[in-house]
Amino acid sequence: MLRAALPLLMLPLAAARAAEEPTQEPGVPVFHLSRKVTSLVPESCLLILLGLVLGGIVLAVAKKAEYQLEPGTFFLFLLPPIVLDSGYFMPSRLFFDNLGAILTYAVVGTLWNAFTTGAALWGLQQAGLVASRVQAGLLDFLLFGSLISAVDPVAVLAVFEEVHVNETLFIIVFGESLLNDAVTVVLYKVVKSHLPGIRKEETVWVEKWGLGKAHPGILVLDLKPGDHGRAPPSLSARQQYCQPRKGLGQGHADNPTPPPASLFVVSLGGAAVGLVFAFLLALTTRFTKRVRIIEPLLVFLLAYAAYLTAEMASLSAILAVTMCGLGCKKYVEANISHKSRTAVKYTMKTLASCAETVIFMLLGISAVDSSKWAWDSGLVLGTLIFILFFRALGVVLQTWVLNQFRLVPLDKIDQVVMSYGGLRGAVAFALVILLDRTKVPAKDYFVATTIVVVFFTVIVQGLTIKPLVKWLKVKRSEHHKPTLNQELHEHTFDHILAAVEDVVGHHGYHYWRDRWEQFDKKYLSQLLMRRSAYRIRDQIWDVYYRLNIRDAISFVDQGGHVLSSTGLTLPSMPSRNSVAETSVTNLLRESGSGACLDLQVIDTVRSGRDREDAAMHHLLSGGLYKPRRRYKASCSHHFISEDAQERQDKEVFQQNMKRRLESFKSTKHNICLTKNKPRPHKAGHKKKDGMASVEAINKKPRDLGFQDTAAVILTVESEEEEESNSSETEKEDDEGIIFVARATSEVLQEGKISGSLELCPSPRVIPPSPTCAEKELPWKSGHGDLAVYVSSETTKIVPVDMQMGWNQSISSLESLASPPCTQDPTLTRLPPRQLDVDEPPALLDLSSDPRPTFAFPPSLAKAGRSRSESSADIPQQQELQPLMGHKDRTHLSPGTANSHWCIHFNRGGRL
Amino acid sequence: MGARGSHSAVPPDADSIRRETGFSQASLLRLYHRFQALDRDNKGYLSRMDLQQIGALAVNPLGDRIIESFFPDGNHQVDFAGFARVLAHFRPVDEEDPGMQDPKQPEPLNSRMNKLRFAFQLYDLDRDGKISRNEMLQVLRLMVGVQVTEEQLESIADRTVQEADIDGDGAVSFMEFTKSLEKMNIEQKMSIRILK
Repeated sequence: MLRAALPLLMLPLAAARAAEEPTQEPGVPVFHLSRKVTSLVPESCLLILLGLVLGGIVLAVAKKAEYQLEPGTFFLFLLPPIVLDSGYFMPSRLFFDNLGAILTYAVVGTLWNAFTTGAALWGLQQAGLVASRVQAGLLDFLLFGSLISAVDPVAVLAVFEEVHVNETLFIIVFGESLLNDAVTVVLYKVVKSHLPGIRKEETVWVEKWGLGKAHPGILVLDLKPGDHGRAPPSLSARQQYCQPRKGLGQGHADNPTPPPASLFVVSLGGAAVGLVFAFLLALTTRFTKRVRIIEPLLVFLLAYAAYLTAEMASLSAILAVTMCGLGCKKYVEANISHKSRTAVKYTMKTLASCAETVIFMLLGISAVDSSKWAWDSGLVLGTLIFILFFRALGVVLQTWVLNQFRLVPLDKIDQVVMSYGGLRGAVAFALVILLDRTKVPAKDYFVATTIVVVFFTVIVQGLTIKPLVKWLKVKRSEHHKPTLNQELHEHTFDHILAAVEDVVGHHGYHYWRDRWEQFDKKYLSQLLMRRSAYRIRDQIWDVYYRLNIRDAISFVDQGGHVLSSTGLTLPSMPSRNSVAETSVTNLLRESGSGACLDLQVIDTVRSGRDREDAAMHHLLSGGLYKPRRRYKASCSHHFISEDAQERQDKEVFQQNMKRRLESFKSTKHNICLTKNKPRPHKAGHKKKDGMASVEAINKKPRDLGFQDTAAVILTVESEEEEESNSSETEKEDDEGIIFVARATSEVLQEGKISGSLELCPSPRVIPPSPTCAEKELPWKSGHGDLAVYVSSETTKIVPVDMQMGWNQSISSLESLASPPCTQDPTLTRLPPRQLDVDEPPALLDLSSDPRPTFAFPPSLAKAGRSRSESSADIPQQQELQPLMGHKDRTHLSPGTANSHWCIHFNRGGRL
Repeated sequence: MGARGSHSAVPPDADSIRRETGFSQASLLRLYHRFQALDRDNKGYLSRMDLQQIGALAVNPLGDRIIESFFPDGNHQVDFAGFARVLAHFRPVDEEDPGMQDPKQPEPLNSRMNKLRFAFQLYDLDRDGKISRNEMLQVLRLMVGVQVTEEQLESIADRTVQEADIDGDGAVSFMEFTKSLEKMNIEQKMSIRILK
C-alpha cells in the first residue's frame, strides 16, 4: 500500500516543483529551498537523482518505466527553448570575441573526440577487454564515439551557470557545447550511413535526424522495432501526425548530400536559416507599435519557426535557433516595449528551465528501466576513461595551437576546467536511444554506457567542478554594475584599437568589428529598428538611461522616508506622520498653556498660522498643520474634495461611509444620551425629533445613556478641549492608525462631550482631515474672521452649534423623513458660507456627507459672525449656550484640561 | 610593398627602437614596411596628411585624435622611432617581459599605466592633466553620434564626470581615470595581437 501511495504523492509533488520552478531565477530554480544543498550540488544532479527516485518508484509499482525521455519530445519541444534561451541571452560581444576558439573546439574538438574515442574503444575490444557479447565493429564504435562526444549545452549551462567562472572560459565551453551539436549530429549521420545493411527507411530517418534532428513520426516508426514492443500510448495519432513529414524526409533521402559537404551545408545552412528568421523577426517587431501584446509571442513563434524550418530543410535546427536568438536580440530589444522585453526575458528563462528540469528528471526516470540497457563493465569503464582522457588531450592540443593566435592565452587552469567541464547530457542520450538495434546489435550496451557517462559527467563532474574551480583559483566572473565611464572608455578603446589596426595596416578582428558596426549603424539598424528606438539606441545612452532609472528608483525609496520625516512628501505620507507629530506638538503646546481655554488657544493658533503661513503651508511640518487640519477636518468634507487628489478623497469617502454606517448607531446613541441628560434639554429634544427614529430603532442606547452620563459629565468639563482633542483623535483615526490607540473611555467621552461634534467627526471628520489640512486657503479666509470673533465668547457656543448641526445632519441622514425645517435652514446657509472656501466640492459633498459639512462651518460661521443671524438653529443654540457655558465654566479648570491633554499626549506618544 | 623594394629592409637603429618598444624583430620589420608604405614621398617621416589618407581612419570618430597622438608637442612629422613608440602602447603585455620585473628599467610602453595614459591623452585635449566636463562632452559627441540631443549629451557628460570625479573638482584627473577603470582588463582591451 505504501509503495502504491508513494508515487501518487511524489508525482504531483514533482510536477508542482517543475511547474513552480520556472518562476525562480534560472540558476537556482528548484532546490533553492535549501541553500546549502544547492550551493554544493548542482541542480542538474539533484534533478537526475530525483528522476531516478521517481523512476524507481514508478518501476516498482507499475513494473515498467512510465515516463520515457522520447527523442521526439526532446528534440521538438524540450531542446528548442533551451537553445533559444542560450542563444538569445548569449553575450554576443564575448561570443564573437572568442568565435575562433569556440569554432575550433566545436568542430575540431568534436571530431577528435569522436574518432579517438571510437577508435580506442574498438582497440579495447580488439584487446579483449570488452566482453564478446558486445557485438560491434569499428563503425559501431565510431558511431558510438560520435554520439558520446558531444558536450551537452544543457548540462554545461546548468553546471557552469552556478559555478560562475570567468566569462571567457564560460563562453568557450558553452559556445562549444552549442555549436558542436551540429557537428555531432552530422557525424553521427555520416557514420551511420556507412553501417552495413541499413534499410532505406532508416537512412531516411537518419538523414532527417541528422539534419533536422527530430521527427516524431519518423522517430516512432524507426524506434518501434527496437522499442521492445512497448507501443507508445497514442501511436496511431502520432503516425497520422507524422505521415506527411515522412514523405518529406524520404524526399531528402533520395539524394542525400555527400558527407563532408553536408557538414558545412548543415551547419552553415542552419545558421543562415536562423539569421533569416532573425531578420524577419526584427523587421516584424518594428511594426508592432500598436499591438504590443503580440511582441513576446512573435519572438517565440518566429524563433520556433526557425527551428522547424531548419529541421524541415534538413539543416541544423540548433544552430538556426541559436543564430536567430543571437542575431535578433539587439533589434528586437530595441523595438519592443519595455514590458514586452520583460515578458520575453522571463518567459524564455521560464521555458528553458522548465525544459531543463523535465529533461533531467526524465533522464533519471528512463535510466531505471533496465530492460532498455545491458551492462558491460569493460565498455563502460573504457568509455569513461577514454572520453575524459581524449577530451583533456584534445583540449590541450587545441589550446596549444590556439594560443599561438590568441591575444590572451588560455592558461593551464583554464584548460583543466575546459576538459573537466565536458559534460555529456541529454543529447547523447537521445541519440543513443535512436539507434536501431537491428543495425547496431550492441545498442543496449551503448545505451547503458551512455547513461553511465551522462550520470557520471553530470553528477560526479558536476559535483566536483565547483570545488575544483575554487581550489584552482580560476578567475571568477565579477559582477559589477556598469558605469558610464567604463562604457564610454570601452567604446574609446574599441575605436582606438580599430584605428591602430588601420595605422598598422592589419585588417584584424577589430577592423572587421568596426566595419560591421558601421554597416550596422548605417543600414541594418535603420532598417530593422523603428525610428524612435533607433534614435535612442546608443549603448552609452543606454547605460546612462539605466543608471538614471536606478537612481530614480533609489531616490524614491529614500525620498519617501526623507520627505515624510520632513512632512514635505506626498499627501498620503504627510498626513500620517504629521498627525502623530502634530498631535504631540499640539498637546505639548496646549498643555503648556493649560490655563487657557482650549478652544481659544486652538482658534488663535490656527488663525495666526493660517494668515502668516498660507504660502508656507505645504512646506511646514505637521506640527503647525495639525490644528488646522483637525479644525478643517471637523469642518467639512468639501475641502477634501477640493483637492485634486481624488484617490485620497475616494479612500476617505469609502472609509467614512463605512464608519458612518457602523458608528452611526453607536454615536447617535451616545449623542442622544449626552444631549438628553447633561445638556440643554431643548437641544436634545429637537435633536431627538430627528434622532427619535434612530433611538427608537436602537433601544440599547438608553441603557447605555445612564452609564454614559458619568462619562459625559467628565467630558463636559472641558468641552472645548475635548473638541480639539476629539478633532485630533479623530484625525488620528482618519489616518487609520489611531483607532487602536484610542482609549475606550476617551472615545466615549468624546462622543458624549460634544455629542454632535465628536461623534460626527470621529467617523466623518477623519476622512476630510488630511485633505482639509492640505487645503489651507479656505481656512485662512474663513478662519481669520472666525478666530477673532470666536476667541472671546464663541468658544463654548461653537460646540453647541456643532452639536446642533451635527445632530441635525445625522438625523437627516439617518431618517430622511424626520428632518424638520430646522435642518433645512442650516443646509441652505451652509453652502453660501462655504462657498467662500470651496463652492463646488461643498455642494457635491453635501449629498454624500451632509454632516461634516454642516458640523463645523455653520457653527463657526454662526459663531464668528453673529448668533442672531442664525435662523432657526440659532435660538436653539442660544438656549443651549448658557447651559453649556455654565457647565463648561464650572468644569473648566486647568487641571482637568491638562488631564485630558495628558491622555491625548500619551496617545500621541504611542502613535 | 614590392614597389618599396628600394627602401632599406631594416629600419635605422632598429636595436634601440626594439629595446625601447619591446617589439620583436618580425613585428618591427612589419611596422617598418607599413611605415614606408604610408610614407608615400619617401620623406623618411610621416606627416598628418600621410595618416589621414588611411581611409578607415576618416570614419573613426576618434581618428583625428589618434592621428594627433602621433605628433606630440606640436610636431608636424613623426619618424619611424616615434611611430613605433606610439604603437608600442598596444603591444600585448607579456608576462615574461623582462622589463616588467626589473624595477630599474623604465616602465615599458605597453604597461597598463601607459596604455591608460594613451587613452587619457585622447580625452585631455588641452593637456592639463584633467578631463574637464567640456572635454568629456566633446568625446561623447564624437562617440554617441547624432541621435542624442545636446541636452542629453550634456547630462551624460555631467554624470560621467561626476561618476569618476573623486575629489570633486569637476574634472577627471588621470588618477581618477585609472580608478574608474580599475576593474577593466586594460592589458587585454588595449592590445593588438600582431604587435608582439
